[in-house]
Amino acid sequence: MSLHLRSIIRTALPWSVPAGALLLWQAASHFQWISPHVIPNPSDVLKAGVRTAASGELLRHIGVSTARAAAGFVLGGSIGFVFGLLNGVSDTASRLLNSTFQMIRNVPHLALIPLFILWFGIDERVKVYLVALGVFFPIYLNTYHGARTVDTGLIEMGRVYGLNRAELFRQVIFPGALPSILVGVRFALGITWLTLVVAETIAASSGIGYMTMNAREFLQTDVVVLGILIYALLGKLADSATRWLEKRCLAWHPAFASSGEEMS
Amino acid sequence: MTGSAEKQQPLTDNLSQAGVGVGISDLAKHFGSLPVLANVNLDIRPGEFVAIVGHSGCGKSTLLRLVSGLDVPSHGRIEVNGRLVVDQVPEARIMFQDPRLLPWRRVLDNVGIGRRGDWKPAAMEALDQVGLASRTRDWPAILSGGQRQRVSLARALVSHPKLLLLDEPLGALDALTRLDMQRLIEGVWNRQRFTAILVTHDVSEAVALADRVVVLERGVASVVHKIDRPRPRIRGDVYLSEIEGEILSRLLERK
Repeated sequence: MSLHLRSIIRTALPWSVPAGALLLWQAASHFQWISPHVIPNPSDVLKAGVRTAASGELLRHIGVSTARAAAGFVLGGSIGFVFGLLNGVSDTASRLLNSTFQMIRNVPHLALIPLFILWFGIDERVKVYLVALGVFFPIYLNTYHGARTVDTGLIEMGRVYGLNRAELFRQVIFPGALPSILVGVRFALGITWLTLVVAETIAASSGIGYMTMNAREFLQTDVVVLGILIYALLGKLADSATRWLEKRCLAWHPAFASSGEEMS
Repeated sequence: MTGSAEKQQPLTDNLSQAGVGVGISDLAKHFGSLPVLANVNLDIRPGEFVAIVGHSGCGKSTLLRLVSGLDVPSHGRIEVNGRLVVDQVPEARIMFQDPRLLPWRRVLDNVGIGRRGDWKPAAMEALDQVGLASRTRDWPAILSGGQRQRVSLARALVSHPKLLLLDEPLGALDALTRLDMQRLIEGVWNRQRFTAILVTHDVSEAVALADRVVVLERGVASVVHKIDRPRPRIRGDVYLSEIEGEILSRLLERK
């Protein structure tokens, strides 16, 4: 029975700090310690959420932002994945391309926003391409690193045991690189939302970022805070999805075996 | 260098056709300017169990890699089953010093690697032979070192190799597990009669298992001891101890 209780406490513990902060926040605005113009009451934020959700506006903005994030992630991620594997497996390709990628990597991709706006206006492409550019590097680097560091003993074993090139890739190199690739995916998801926040506040006419910027014009702090919270929530959801993926794909890995809980 | 002298003799004793003959003539290998093997000549009959002993770095493992086709000789030739080795030898399997199991595949799938068609019954049988039939669904990570090496033996056996190359496969195991594994390997060899080449630095292991023990010194196969003793051999047998002592003193005096 005490074991049961302990497991409840274990599950509840990570949530206690956010819950405490929320209570403190509510108290602070309730007793007027902070002006509602600086930061609104949590219940007002909730009301703003209900209001915008009821009008369908909230869902539309979330949908638009999510679609951009997904499109950019898939675009940049798949290009990074392909080049990471190619350069990881082939020395010639790596010699040809790797140093170029490393040079471009040092350009902060958000610095390209003005240029992108000049090229594409403020239509969808700016956001999608920016996200894709941001996502490319963590996926590329981690895939490359993963493919490079696959145990050569295993590759040799595969050859001795009659695997052809395609089988060697599918059964040895790809699964060997997968833990590293998934680390890249987690980094990339963080960058996805970060890029989107910036791009949507600067160059957009829809999306969560636009919604908050628009609300700022009308001093609707509750909607601004709502937007920030939604970004946090979407980021957390994406992170949970990768963690679920890690658990499924890396079940063989002692570090991810079923008892290995919450590491970061 | 015609290699004609290496034709296998017809079988006279209890060796069956399950194994292939191996002929090595004038074999040399150097890595850059570093000579590893110089002028190795060795004939192995089908189904024979040959052990190669020597100091570490004497080129034992290199010799195995050359026989399997993983490396290319600098000079001389190797024939397996009468065919010149130029690429990976399909009838050969290697058991490495480390098990080299794919950590992301369960035990059964590791045993079946590279097999085509309906391989599962054969893989089950091979696992049964090494005493791990109950661990088919486990990840390699949770097995002990000895169990992993047994899985790797099962993986080598599942394709019924005609030539089994053992590259110090027991070197990393504790003494008791090693004895178990030796018995296991001997038993399997007795049943399947493949040709076996065992590279080891454990002279007692070589003497206990092999029909012939070859001492490899400075890149040359210097002495060959024929071990004419019934199996399974008894540990501490006077005759075996004598040969073991002889080989050891030779290896030590040359140091």
